[in-house]
Amino acid sequence: MLLIECPWCGPRDEQEFGYGGEAHIARPAKSAALDDAAWADYLFHRTNPKGLHFERWWHARGCRRWFNVARDTVSHEILAVYRIGEARPDIADGDR
Amino acid sequence: MVETVLRQSPLSTCHPEVGALAEIGEAGAALRERPYRTKVNLRGDAADKAFLKAVAGATGIELPLEPNRTAVIERQFGPVATLWLGPNEWLFTGAPDQAAALVEALDGALIGRHAAVNDLSGSRTTIELSGPRHLDLLAKGCALDLDLAAFPVGACAQTHIARALVILHRTAEDRVEIHVARSFAEYLWLWLLDAGAEYGVVTLAGAP
Ligand SMILES: [Zn+2]
Repeated sequence: MLLIECPWCGPRDEQEFGYGGEAHIARPAKSAALDDAAWADYLFHRTNPKGLHFERWWHARGCRRWFNVARDTVSHEILAVYRIGEARPDIADGDR
Repeated sequence: MVETVLRQSPLSTCHPEVGALAEIGEAGAALRERPYRTKVNLRGDAADKAFLKAVAGATGIELPLEPNRTAVIERQFGPVATLWLGPNEWLFTGAPDQAAALVEALDGALIGRHAAVNDLSGSRTTIELSGPRHLDLLAKGCALDLDLAAFPVGACAQTHIARALVILHRTAEDRVEIHVARSFAEYLWLWLLDAGAEYGVVTLAGAP
């Protein structure tokens, strides 16, 4: 069980949260102009790394805010928590 | 607004073995329903000073901006507590039958603003849990740190108790209010009785 620090509510049990997949995926500005491969890439293709991963979480059973988490997908260690709209923290895999 | 003649609390059939107030002294924990209490939800932008000012002007309430904290003001019908639910969401709680007046005052003050006011009084009931062992009881079903140092008087939180969604509010050092959806109220009441058995939990007559 993870203990996740909501940027507003502080540390809360993982059961209070929903998972929102990889963070920092911007919708293409001219989506109508994309070909099928580019559109599929935006919709479906994710980095799926072994190690450092920037991802979205939702405090669904608490304040209902979305936010970002930097998590190690092997150890589950949470390296940073930051709000939507804030810059991706300067962390690299193997920094720990 | 619900007709008071017709309304029935979701726990009205749940406390047949009601104890006397004096029994709290012996019991480790006590349960009491506080039915029909006013609950009004407010959404709006906390960064908008004009919104905060409009709410304060209409109600006298300064919205709490610190997460998971409450603000309490006194009214002739008793205290009104304002619970922080999110950075743009609050819940007002108070004595029964005050929602219509509160909604009217807020609606009038917030015309033309990006805000929403909803009377949710019928959606949840309130269970008051008190007594010297009430935290031991809650710890069986709630992962939140509810120690007084971490969750002092005036703190509130949305979380789970035994998988039921609740809003917790510490109203005094020895008690918390649990706001729970009416469809989960009986389940939670029975769970609290079961979990509190080893502490000699007693039930008290419901009182708004
Ligand atoms: Zn939160």
